[in-house]
Amino acid sequence: MTTTAEAPPAQELPVRRRTGASLLLLALAVAVTWVGYAASGVALTGRVPPDAWSFAAFQGALGLLALGAVHRLAPYADPLLLPVPVLLNGLGLILIHRLDAAAPGRDAAPAQLLWSMLGMGVFLAVLVLLPDHRWLARRATWCAAAALALMAAPIFFPPVNGARIWVHFGGFSLQPGEFAKVLLAVFFAAYLSGHRQALTYVDGRRIRGIHLPPRSVLGPILAVWLVSLTVLLLERDLGASLLFFGLFVVMLYVATSRPGWIAVGVLLSLAGACVVGTLEPHVGVRVADWLAPFAGIEDGRGASQLAQSLFAFGHGGLLGTGLGQGDSVLIGFAGTSDFILATAGEELGLSGLTALLLLYALLVSRGLRAGITLRGDDFGTLLATGLAVIVALQAFVISAGVTGLIPLTGMAMPFLAQGGSSVVTNWAIVALLVRLSNAAGRPGARTEVTEAP
Amino acid sequence: MIRCIRHVAAFSLLLLLALLANAARVQVLHSAEYDANPANRRAAIARWGQPRGDIWAGGERLTGSVDTGEGLRYERTYPDGELYAPVTGYASQLYGTTMLEDTEDAALSGRDTRLAPLPLWGELTRSLQPGGQVHTTIEPAAQRAGYAGLRGRKGAVVALEPSTGRILALVSSPSYDPGLLSGNSARVKTAWRRLLADPRQPLLNRAIRQTYPPGSTFKIVTAAAALDTGVVTDIDAPTRTPSPYNLVGTRHLLRNESAGCADAPLREAFAVSCNTVFAKLGATVGTPEMARTAAAFGFDDEGPRIPSPALGSVFGDTMDAAQVALSSIGQFDTRATPLQMASVAATVANGGIRMRPYLVDEITDGDGDVVARGRPEPLGGPVVPGYVARLLQQMMVDTVTGGTATRAAIPGALVGGKTGTAQHGVDNSRKPYAWFVSWAQAPDDSLPAVAVAVVVEDAEARRSDISGGGSAAPIARAVMEAALS
Repeated sequence: MTTTAEAPPAQELPVRRRTGASLLLLALAVAVTWVGYAASGVALTGRVPPDAWSFAAFQGALGLLALGAVHRLAPYADPLLLPVPVLLNGLGLILIHRLDAAAPGRDAAPAQLLWSMLGMGVFLAVLVLLPDHRWLARRATWCAAAALALMAAPIFFPPVNGARIWVHFGGFSLQPGEFAKVLLAVFFAAYLSGHRQALTYVDGRRIRGIHLPPRSVLGPILAVWLVSLTVLLLERDLGASLLFFGLFVVMLYVATSRPGWIAVGVLLSLAGACVVGTLEPHVGVRVADWLAPFAGIEDGRGASQLAQSLFAFGHGGLLGTGLGQGDSVLIGFAGTSDFILATAGEELGLSGLTALLLLYALLVSRGLRAGITLRGDDFGTLLATGLAVIVALQAFVISAGVTGLIPLTGMAMPFLAQGGSSVVTNWAIVALLVRLSNAAGRPGARTEVTEAP
Repeated sequence: MIRCIRHVAAFSLLLLLALLANAARVQVLHSAEYDANPANRRAAIARWGQPRGDIWAGGERLTGSVDTGEGLRYERTYPDGELYAPVTGYASQLYGTTMLEDTEDAALSGRDTRLAPLPLWGELTRSLQPGGQVHTTIEPAAQRAGYAGLRGRKGAVVALEPSTGRILALVSSPSYDPGLLSGNSARVKTAWRRLLADPRQPLLNRAIRQTYPPGSTFKIVTAAAALDTGVVTDIDAPTRTPSPYNLVGTRHLLRNESAGCADAPLREAFAVSCNTVFAKLGATVGTPEMARTAAAFGFDDEGPRIPSPALGSVFGDTMDAAQVALSSIGQFDTRATPLQMASVAATVANGGIRMRPYLVDEITDGDGDVVARGRPEPLGGPVVPGYVARLLQQMMVDTVTGGTATRAAIPGALVGGKTGTAQHGVDNSRKPYAWFVSWAQAPDDSLPAVAVAVVVEDAEARRSDISGGGSAAPIARAVMEAALS
């Protein structure tokens, strides 16, 4: 595989506009969402929800609008990049609506629907306002400053449930850290592509076999990264810290092709974990809970959230209870956000969960593919990789957390979990990926093979 | 760069595989274990998520369900809880189940696979069936008569149909309202603690879960052993017994409550309940034969399951002559549940055939189809030969017509009975238990239709009146009248 990537293509591959395929997949996504909504309605109220058809029509109309924009503004984009998020977003709305029905007084689905619409608005806006992703490379410094400002903002607001990640104004609350991760990815991509040569080939200091680039190159990046980590630790948002750190290490590795960065990253994250573990008592609790999820039950303190989440997954079994027929509401707090996957696991079973995770894998693989295809455009390649890694890391960290594979870290399952900032950000990510994949698929893009020797 | 992105892709794939493997571990491998975890409320939510099937007696609904709209949605109700508590028990969301609510729980909760329309249906749909209906053998009129007769005093009443073993009445007093324990609120906890702390032990099912010294009612068994072994061949022949009677090997002189016991024949001694005669008979029959007859009547065995487990009754088989003499008049270590003494009366009334007592007549599914039926079943061979049973019946009838049990007589019906007064406490210091066991046959029936045992613990009356004839016999009569009509 690597050899084909390095060698110039033997012949021009036919490039097709694939709006038809995208349309078919979009119809499929709407149909699956309708079936899910109808099934949960029948289970909960005994009949198909009266607004099922109008909801499907609405979802279809929004999807068509987005598809039309892609067709006009990014005609060579990957046809999978739009239908997959439409389906995930639809499924998320179903699950949130279904959990609303189980908890009297909670009404999260309408707000999530509004945020999803706003997210698609952002998707369209990005496509319209950003005809060429390389424009972003020239705004790297601005992006870094904006990202830091966004991350620092919640410090001035009161904490919610122990974490200072919210900004409140009017009746709204936002998690600016969600937007910051896209900006940071842009900054990292721009900076790393600009200084790739220096990072990879210049003789820096050598510590135990690891080439370190000169301080002038590394300094700004480390500074941004350190500041962001500090801010996040002040805000006690460990999930985001983990995400930024992972993103940084992966992008550095891709930019420099030096596995040493992975080693440095792992060492640094281990050190960071130790420091955080001793400074933050609730990190220790999470780790203890992960090691022995049922210890609380044996001590008579009752089931922990992780135990309740495992119960929900376990009850789902292979085929699930069916939408609307599970009891994942027992998880309680954060059932629609961090633990949304447990509802999917219980009501759709291992089979449904596998399908869901494969959808994320599809999205990530299409993002990485765009990065690979964007040969010669270092910034685009790094940005596509970074955006795909944001989705992959988020999906993995929270899925692995709620299923007991790794200690639980609060994070939003992209598109699925309740959270306005998250869903808007994820639509922005998809818009950027569409833009990048369009650049990669554009006729002639493949002939501009100017990769550095 | 491209190579590194491929590495990233490969690593992502690895993460995905780890996620899927772990999900399979949680959802398939540990699924059953997690479902069974006591802190997992799913089983309880499913269990209380549909109304339980009901328990019935003679077309009367003994239970109901109320939709609370809470997490554990349906709570049990008991329209006449105190009356039927010994039959139904309670079905509590906090404290589990007892009695029929416990033994028939699979049917009532819809878990029973027999309720499913098709084999493996329940496994396939992963859901409970609508709760089954449990129809009991209880006759509401007899149950009411027994409960009313006890008037809140400590005691129990058991009525059986001698030819089948059907339990017609199962009364325990004082009782409690099982509905107080149905839910899971703080009030339920308070009620539970109060019932547990109550010195009168309302939660105790005295009909099957409490043994008493049977006193003179045990003389039925002693008479049966004496006749069966040939120690007595003519119930009208003098037994050559002195009064008072010196227990063999001791200086203890046994006396009688009534006069005319010296040398009395068996019929006479039975009617007026002569301790001396029956003590001597027991000693003459001997421990092995007494123990064998007692065991045939159901003593010294684990109690029957009706289907709730009853306590076993005790006679013993390692006694010297003086001890077996005392045991034969229902003292010493002899103890019996009211159910056991009702069974003794029923066995005599049924010509010596002892039937297994049972409470569940049939269980029907949601459509009313019968999925299980209680069947009459003899417990072993004849306890005593038919002629012995007839002689015992005669003596019991004589006791009602001209002995200690005249207050049990029902005009127009054939009634046989035996009184008992069981002393207890140190030096018999406490109020004796009043016993009465009897059976009754309607004029146009060929067999007795009902056998009853009544025990009253704390009869508030003069000592002579505490005797079974005074306190317990009228209750037995009321129950028999209700069962005959």
